[in-house]
Amino acid sequence: MSIELLMLLCLLIPLIGAVLILYTGHWPNLREAVSLTTAVLLFITVTQLWSAVLAGDATVLTLAEPVPGITIAFAMEPLGLLFALIASFLWIITTIYSIGYMRSNKEHNQTRFYVCFAISLAATIGIAFAANLFTLFIFYEVLTLSTYPLVTHHGTDKARHGGRIYLGILISTSIVFLLLAIILTWHLTGTTDFRAGGILAGKADGVVTCVLLALYVFGIGKAALMPFHSWLPAAMVAPTPVSALLHAVAVVKAGVFSVVKVIVYVFGIDNLAALHSGDWLAYIAGFTIIVASIIALRSDNLKRRLAYSTVSQLSYVILATALLLPVSVMAATLHIAAHAFGKITLFFAAGAIYTAAHKTEVSQLNGIGRQMPWTMTAFAIGALSMIGIPPTAGFLSKWYLLLGTLETGHLFALAVIIVSTLLNAAYFMPIVYAAFFKAPAAPAEGPDTYRDAHHDAHGEAPWPMLLAMSVTVFGSLALFFYAELPLTLARQLVGGS
Amino acid sequence: MQLGQHLPVLQVVIPLLSAPLCLLLRNGRLAWMFTLAVSWLVLVGAVWLLLQVLAHGTVSYALGAWPAPWGIEYHLDHISAFVLLIVSGISAVVLPFAGKSVAREIPADRVSLFYTLYLLCLTGLLGIVITGDAFNLFVFLEISSLSSYALISQGRDRRALTASFHYLILGTIGATFILIGVGLLYMMTGTLNMQDLAARLPAVTGTRTVRTAFAFLIVGISLKLALFPLHLWLPNAYTYAPSVVTAFLASTATKVAVYVLLRFLFDIFGIAYVYNTMLIDNVLLPLALIAIFSGSGMAIFQDNIKRMLAYSSVAQIGYIMLGISLANEVGLTAGILHLFNHALMKGALFLALGCVVYRMGVARIGNIAGLARSMPLTFAAIVVGGLSLIGVPLTVGFISKWYLLLAAIEAGHVWIAVLVLLGSLLAVVYMWRVIEAAYFKPAPAGFEEVQEAPLSMLIPTWVLVIANLYFGIHTELTVGVARQAAQILMGAP
Repeated sequence: MSIELLMLLCLLIPLIGAVLILYTGHWPNLREAVSLTTAVLLFITVTQLWSAVLAGDATVLTLAEPVPGITIAFAMEPLGLLFALIASFLWIITTIYSIGYMRSNKEHNQTRFYVCFAISLAATIGIAFAANLFTLFIFYEVLTLSTYPLVTHHGTDKARHGGRIYLGILISTSIVFLLLAIILTWHLTGTTDFRAGGILAGKADGVVTCVLLALYVFGIGKAALMPFHSWLPAAMVAPTPVSALLHAVAVVKAGVFSVVKVIVYVFGIDNLAALHSGDWLAYIAGFTIIVASIIALRSDNLKRRLAYSTVSQLSYVILATALLLPVSVMAATLHIAAHAFGKITLFFAAGAIYTAAHKTEVSQLNGIGRQMPWTMTAFAIGALSMIGIPPTAGFLSKWYLLLGTLETGHLFALAVIIVSTLLNAAYFMPIVYAAFFKAPAAPAEGPDTYRDAHHDAHGEAPWPMLLAMSVTVFGSLALFFYAELPLTLARQLVGGS
Repeated sequence: MQLGQHLPVLQVVIPLLSAPLCLLLRNGRLAWMFTLAVSWLVLVGAVWLLLQVLAHGTVSYALGAWPAPWGIEYHLDHISAFVLLIVSGISAVVLPFAGKSVAREIPADRVSLFYTLYLLCLTGLLGIVITGDAFNLFVFLEISSLSSYALISQGRDRRALTASFHYLILGTIGATFILIGVGLLYMMTGTLNMQDLAARLPAVTGTRTVRTAFAFLIVGISLKLALFPLHLWLPNAYTYAPSVVTAFLASTATKVAVYVLLRFLFDIFGIAYVYNTMLIDNVLLPLALIAIFSGSGMAIFQDNIKRMLAYSSVAQIGYIMLGISLANEVGLTAGILHLFNHALMKGALFLALGCVVYRMGVARIGNIAGLARSMPLTFAAIVVGGLSLIGVPLTVGFISKWYLLLAAIEAGHVWIAVLVLLGSLLAVVYMWRVIEAAYFKPAPAGFEEVQEAPLSMLIPTWVLVIANLYFGIHTELTVGVARQAAQILMGAP
């Protein structure tokens, strides 16, 4: 099949899936079979693009040209493929997980849930394959809008409030900063295409570049750079599968992916390094890493802790990119993959704990490892990957990041990495310790006897959830031992720029 | 071919003669079908005329075969053909919707009278656009205004009467100002033909009389197009008018008034006089910005959704005026483009609200909680229309915004671009209140299940919704015509 057709299929498969899910809504088994089939088909189609990317095929698929010179177009490049591979693969896993989660928790509106999920995935693929800023912007907004119903899924006042913050921050930053940046870029260069070496090189002086960079990195609110990060904790009111795939992988990765893509293909690493207009970015990213870690340390709610951990981990990607070296951009690429597998495991575990034991706070988890050994083992491995301890994928990206800091001699970045690694350990390891080694809380502490009976009786979460967790844990480990896959793409990315 | 030559005048004559005929049809349903047929006929003519203009340039028609400076000339160039298409197109889509909506909102014995007024209003709006004579323009303006006062007063709520009366007073002041302005120009030049006026005015522009005429015209037209702070008649008029009237007037009447302004500013007075001597952009630009923010800001606090959209219209007119006052070609393109795009979005939204009113009696934030479940198609239309209003990509709203921002940057005012973007955030806020209430709030206890609106209302609504998306992706026609029109207006002496 031709590249154009494959790219088109990648966009259409989840959309067609969404329509089918809508019409099979009355038969849950069929609906979920459709959902799963769609996910598998999407992943298979994305893998077909592999050889084309390695061959450097830059075929452009143009769908429309709303404004002369500005097209809705798609093209393949290594970073986009990696992102699409991760998102589509984890979608399969998350679907399996969701089936267990949504049924066990008897959630309402399950059809709307699966439909919106499929649309979000289509938007994610659109972002991954976007050939220009305009296309990226369109799918960025589609992703925001299609995930809103997922965030407010419960329909409670709290969910609506969270949804408002979510939408408010993401829409405001994208409209006021990102769109303005895109239009200014268009005004300066007459194009919005992503090109190797950057389109702004030679078109803008140091000050303008600096302002544009600020507009881009803060405009891409999904990257959760402080002070525009608070939508991510707010989004945690969503059901856990949403937090897992969207707010640990698809949405937030779309953010950092866009930042990397803008820095590499719009500004150009060499151009930005020569102008010194992006030096401040490493400091903002470093600040975000440390402050978010400290907030995570102080959060008792498990999902909130994970959310702030995500905020901090996302800034690793930005920090790595901001060092503006080939090796650090490779680190950024690897970290997108490593964090995806690690964090989704942690969220899966949090969801499993909620489903089986109805616990949401870190302080309730004493001794839970005895009742849920699989879940907590998965959690432990995910946490190791977050901290960056071998043999997990997190180690690899940190390794390359350290190489980058040593190469530039950027002491601030080095210090941030060391301190944050300690902080990571400080907020994850106590959970693992408490789960396995502390005695469970005495039953008398519970408010009523029903809950206490439940509290003692629970075992592991349903099997689809455990299966999903096992796969992502395996992925975290496999990425360490077989790192060739992301590394090939990362090399291709920096080789091309 | 013989008929084709007379098409410009037929655009006005057909609806004008149909109006009294319509009154003779005592049966409301018959009157509706008759009006529908007339409106579609007019649309066919408008499309034909636009193609004619695109192919051969300006079309001129001498009424009664009296040659131009003496007789009344009908004059069609790009912008008038474009606005003609907007007016006749919106009317052709709104009328199929009107069948059920009017039958529900207007007493049966007044329905044929209603359609008679509607036809007169249509005549007036089409006439304003098509005529090349300044006094004739005033005549058509009065035809459309008087009929629209009467149309608004047909609303079910008794407050429609005061709203209509309020509009009558202010509208008449506006029309009188325009008449005074035209009179003064006639005094100085001895002609009423627009082309002729444009040729003769430069000789006398230094005089105080022309300056006075200019002021009277600008204020009078600004009243008709509801530019802040002369917009006070608009919110009540839109809120209490029957649904069909609101949808039709919101999408056409103010657009035609903007057209009149463009005609006077660029064609008759000329760009050099307007921007270099009178410095009108210094007045219009701040007013446009205030309109954007005060309109959107007021919209946020409305409970009645029709009223909310009315305030949103005030803001959107601000966007159009902003494009015009940036005084460059891209800005003018953006303004003209937004005439069309705003007609599409407001048309779609007001029709969708018409569906809600049809089922619920009134559309308030308070009584639509959870309604999206019962009326999924209607609220899906509101969502898409709202996104277009906000300016989300793939909708027409985005295209307008894109050109407006580009114009602001090109004029060297990045701060205006930032303000425009902030303004669209306000649109997010007021539209989201509706969406949140309809989709994410539980229906109140004791809520009686309502049905989806009838198909004859949903189809016109969705025609406009799909147009919002179609013209958001395929912009050759809209941007192409708007740009050509802007070039012609900017190039005029």
